[in-house]
Amino acid sequence: MAGCLAAAALLAACAQAPLRGTGDLGVVVERAAGRLQLVETTGARIIGQVPGLGDLSHASVVYSRDGRYAFVFGRDGGLTKVDLLRQAIEKRIIQAGNSIGGAISQDGRMVAAANYEPGGLKVFATDTLELLADIPATYGDGKKSAKVVGVADAPGNRFVYSLFEAGEIWVADLSDPKRPAVSKFRNIGKEPYDGLITPDGRYYMAGLFGEDGIALLDLWNPAAGVQRVLDGYGRGQEKLPVYKMPHLRGWAVAGTHAFLPAIGRHEVLVVDTVGWKESARIPVHGQPVFVMARPDGRQVWVNFAFPRNDTVQVIDAPSRRVVQTLKPGKAVLHMEFTPRGEQVWISVRDDDRVVVYDTASFASLKELPADKPSGIFFTTRAARIGF
Amino acid sequence: MTDFAAKLVLSLLAAGLAAQAPAAPAPAPGRAAQILNMVRQDCGSCHGLTLKGGLGPALLPQTLKGKDALSLKSTILYGRPGTPMPPWKPFLSDAEAEWVVEQLVKGLPDGR
Repeated sequence: MAGCLAAAALLAACAQAPLRGTGDLGVVVERAAGRLQLVETTGARIIGQVPGLGDLSHASVVYSRDGRYAFVFGRDGGLTKVDLLRQAIEKRIIQAGNSIGGAISQDGRMVAAANYEPGGLKVFATDTLELLADIPATYGDGKKSAKVVGVADAPGNRFVYSLFEAGEIWVADLSDPKRPAVSKFRNIGKEPYDGLITPDGRYYMAGLFGEDGIALLDLWNPAAGVQRVLDGYGRGQEKLPVYKMPHLRGWAVAGTHAFLPAIGRHEVLVVDTVGWKESARIPVHGQPVFVMARPDGRQVWVNFAFPRNDTVQVIDAPSRRVVQTLKPGKAVLHMEFTPRGEQVWISVRDDDRVVVYDTASFASLKELPADKPSGIFFTTRAARIGF
Repeated sequence: MTDFAAKLVLSLLAAGLAAQAPAAPAPAPGRAAQILNMVRQDCGSCHGLTLKGGLGPALLPQTLKGKDALSLKSTILYGRPGTPMPPWKPFLSDAEAEWVVEQLVKGLPDGR
């Protein structure tokens, strides 16, 4: 209150901002404009904008454990801490030449950025963005550097990630941030393009681009090494050209099965997470990009790569059948469920809008204007392992 | 196009032919905008929106300098086997791919 009385401007600001939680907040990335739209899912509305975030192509976002701060990773190597309540940038640093994404540690004190250039992982303090650890992704003779992809947090303040050119999975234990302990798993397969960790934090899976299969690491038993699952799922058939790399995240797991994009095929692969055997493959409209389970695991929503990217399909998880085909518009890039999944927000880049659907009736509930929207990230991610 | 303008274009083309390989004819404005959007947004998924690189290499004038235009065009049309670069032939004609190379080499107009 003393702060509010200090200046008239502050008084006005305080008067306009009643106390509120952040559990129903989120951001929509406007990638070309370098701006975030701040959104509230309860009212399905835009509550503000935060500009000045640089090059946001392929931007991704993780949240502080209190759900107040968004950490935004930009293509230009920018790491920006955004305060959702003050609707302002708290701090912004350029930490690399080219970045792909990041993760936040189990204890919430560290945020890790996965970088393409220079290839490696950098770990920062979430409160100050001070650099805590720098782990270059060197491989081979130690002179080559790989692009880091698919970083996920694991229990024990560990970060797990893959090295694209090297075909390796690294587990960095940052229990002591000053002395990171890195375990390296080599020859895991050709060109891992992204990774995910199961919602229980036990299994890390890296999808392979250079061959048909998934590299699987059991973090409860790392001594057993990396095993191959869905090996040769293409059965030797030539794959189609891939116009957009698929993405993997922990939401691919619905109940006891993981639903995964097949590379270069119009298929979603289903694997059981007990025996890690293929249990089905589901024909879909195009090459899947995001395959995302609704939070209850009953439905799995899929969007597709260029040029079939005007469509979203819904798979009924128990019957493994496509039960709905939607046409949200031109260039669907991302989907995000509300915390308990009654709605899904879908970004439609070339139509400059976000469409909100009811996941039970599939009715389109609302459209929000956004400039070339890409990723949508809600604060529910703050409390989930692997996000 | 007026008769005079047509003659001017022809003589410019002839001059161009004498100096170097002819410039690819620019697509009609609507199509050009569509192609530039595709280059920025869809090529941008791997090469970055500002084309400074990502999973794929940078496509900026300084990085393309000295590279053979014909081989750049065939990379666009036919992809690069053994890498994630796919063939864009289903979406671009030969002349359009050539035009894209020209745009990339001189720097893409800011068309977002």
